[in-house]
Amino acid sequence: MTEPLLRVRGLKIGATVYPPGEKPRDIEIVHGVDFDLERGKVLGLIGESGAGKSTIGLASMAYGRGGVRITGGEVWVNGRDILKAGLRDIRRLRGGEVTYVSQSAAASFNPAKPIMEQVTEAAISQGKFTRREAEKRAIGLFRKLGLPDPDNIGRRYPHQVSGGQLQRCMTALALCPEPDLVVFDEPTTALDVTTQIDVLAAIKEAIHDTGVAALYITHDLAVVAQVSDDIMVLKMGNMVEYGPTDQIINAPREEYTRALVSVRQIEHPEKLHRQASPVLSCENITARYKGTKFDVLKDVSVQLYPGQTLAVVGESGSGKSTLARVITGLLPPSGGRIVFSGRELTPDLKSRPKEDLRELQMIYQMADVAMNPRQTVGTIIGRPLEFYFGLKGEAKQRRIQELLDEIELGKGFQDRYPAELSGGQKQRVCIARALAAKPKLIICDEVTSALDPLVADGILKLLLNLQKIEDVAYLFITHDLATVRAIADSIAVMYQGRFVRYGTKTEVLSPPFDDYTDLLLSSVPEMKLGWLEQVLATRKMESAGN
Amino acid sequence: MHPILKLVSQRIALGLLLLVSSSAMIFGLTEALPGDAAQAVLGQSATPEALENLRREMGLDRPALVRYVEWLGGIVQGDLGTSITNRLDIATSIGSRLSNTLFLAFWAAVVSVPLAIFLGLLAVRYQNRWPDKAISGVTLATISIPEFLIGYVLVYFLAVQMGWFSPLALINDTMTLGEKLHSIALPVAVLTMVVLAHMMRMTRAAILNVMQSAYIETAELKGLSSFDVIRKHAFPNAIAPIVTVVMLNLAYLVVGVVVVEVVFVYPGMGQFLVDAVVKRDVPVVLACGVIFAAIYISLNLAADVVSILANPRLRHPK
Repeated sequence: MTEPLLRVRGLKIGATVYPPGEKPRDIEIVHGVDFDLERGKVLGLIGESGAGKSTIGLASMAYGRGGVRITGGEVWVNGRDILKAGLRDIRRLRGGEVTYVSQSAAASFNPAKPIMEQVTEAAISQGKFTRREAEKRAIGLFRKLGLPDPDNIGRRYPHQVSGGQLQRCMTALALCPEPDLVVFDEPTTALDVTTQIDVLAAIKEAIHDTGVAALYITHDLAVVAQVSDDIMVLKMGNMVEYGPTDQIINAPREEYTRALVSVRQIEHPEKLHRQASPVLSCENITARYKGTKFDVLKDVSVQLYPGQTLAVVGESGSGKSTLARVITGLLPPSGGRIVFSGRELTPDLKSRPKEDLRELQMIYQMADVAMNPRQTVGTIIGRPLEFYFGLKGEAKQRRIQELLDEIELGKGFQDRYPAELSGGQKQRVCIARALAAKPKLIICDEVTSALDPLVADGILKLLLNLQKIEDVAYLFITHDLATVRAIADSIAVMYQGRFVRYGTKTEVLSPPFDDYTDLLLSSVPEMKLGWLEQVLATRKMESAGN
Repeated sequence: MHPILKLVSQRIALGLLLLVSSSAMIFGLTEALPGDAAQAVLGQSATPEALENLRREMGLDRPALVRYVEWLGGIVQGDLGTSITNRLDIATSIGSRLSNTLFLAFWAAVVSVPLAIFLGLLAVRYQNRWPDKAISGVTLATISIPEFLIGYVLVYFLAVQMGWFSPLALINDTMTLGEKLHSIALPVAVLTMVVLAHMMRMTRAAILNVMQSAYIETAELKGLSSFDVIRKHAFPNAIAPIVTVVMLNLAYLVVGVVVVEVVFVYPGMGQFLVDAVVKRDVPVVLACGVIFAAIYISLNLAADVVSILANPRLRHPK
């Protein structure tokens, strides 16, 4: 058997952590991982955050991010152990033999330099190509990756192209020096689903055409199933399962892999509303931001009934978060009115009575920045109790404990600080804080987007459960259709500031679809092999038929 | 209109407004001081009648606003007025002084700005290791010692003991450039030491701030050497804060050289201003004040414009 391109043996990676109020200590985050990667093959590394997948990917470039160090094991690339290589040799490896595509191309491109210069830089500085050759190669890659105007796009600056285009440029950057291995670190996670599918197809084709090997890192099993030959499932720095993609998806052996495969299967039949009067009714809302000349929301009307969930779904920039800002009064609308539990809301937050503020609560995407890091969980949850109900002392403590029980956190949590909680626990505390006000409506703005799938599922189940107990209505803003299926009673599909489709869940998710909803629904990756090709083939046929 | 043009012209208009208001302030402040030019000419023992006559003759009896507008109108046309001590045209006598000061400041800048930026880059490259600490320590020491002391120490060792340089930085038009440079070497050295630390530390801080960005990681993963990462990727994004502090220091080089000029008896603006203040030559003080204000404002204006131009989002709008 020939030597594999990448051979990892007993890889151990450590880091120094700085817990608040304690001495810094060293921890191990990857506990001995083995794998091989043949030339031209794609290995998917999958796991939740903290699984060590990015760290392992970067280790194949002998790189540790921040305080991360490779503490043991061997990483063989092209027949030499790079952990024993000198600095000069490692520099030749990085950008020459192994290249990297990061999650956020927007942040990974230098804003001060044109794209072409950055795409060709490694190839030129490694002496692999002359400037002229590298630029010709880059233009070829731009064309292959489906970028518009491939001959000239390299002259643009990163801020002049869209997020999806920049992610393709990043792929071109990685492929330009003709590497043997590319590390793709969540390359499509930050993109909208309709953009993701195109970028994914472009990446897959580029991998296939150039014959490069790849490590494809993602938390999304459905995505990795489309591109990889083998998959390795990681959990907390340990390998859980390692096998061909087909086996991992269709016949997972381990319990954890099965949980990942079956995730997002919450059954939630829609509830019919019993009451005649809606808790929230927006009528012909139009809104624009100060100093801009176009309406972000155009003539939006929506009703939400008590104890129901309305999911507002759309891509970034569609206006869904603006709708939340208008309802909460952060952005007074330029037209239309909002009726909330039978009374009209004033457009401006400052002039709203306390009762309106209490009955309308909000939960945000980033739980960590929505909490004061210097307050304990008890203080955070206790604040609305004092502010709205004037609770003090024993009564307040009792109520805090009740709320903590409701969010399944139990005793001992009220004295903890946000930094001591996991992502899911933080979001639960934010939910408890919203519930403390006994609201009639909670606006949930992408509340599960920053969480791992299994944790997100727990949050969704909790929200559904709480809805039953408290009879609270949710306005659920999300870009994720799986979340919508799991939680919504009615759905509004938003595109460029308008509702393109609005109705009960069954109505919205049953054909015939309008073009945009069809595009949106068909772009959500499915957990089966060959899904990507199938969708693209269908689309090709449809566009040929038109 | 291109957004850059708009922003730049806004800045220039603002700069002009600032210049006019600072001239008003300078004029107002000299008005507010007790005594006036007539008093200065005739001295404390002058009779009220003589004062009255001279004031009428010099036009000082008219309202301040009228005189301000007249004075400002003169400046716009290049007429800075007449000195009351030697009755000479101020513009002519300032001319050579100003060019001497600018000459000194220019060479001090030529030495100190590249040196400061290079040391800043070096400090980042070897962050928290001995070169960084050495650079920080030395520059901090030179900024902490008063400039006249550094000046005298340099004069004592390099001029008096070693005899390499002249203790007096005298220049005139008959000297060649080489002779002039040799003559001003010591004041340039002192000025460099004074401004180096500020610029170096700002460069270091601005670049370290940028070094946290994801695109620095991208550059490192391209296999570039650490110095190339800093020079090619971090530095271009740190230009705006660096230019701001560089311009502030350039302004200091021109405006704040009074002490150094006096130490080295250099025939520049500083000495001229000090003489005028001593002799209570109000028109000269006014003229110097306005020139200093103009230099200060235009350098800061330049910093603003460079910061705008350094922003790729403004330079290349969507």
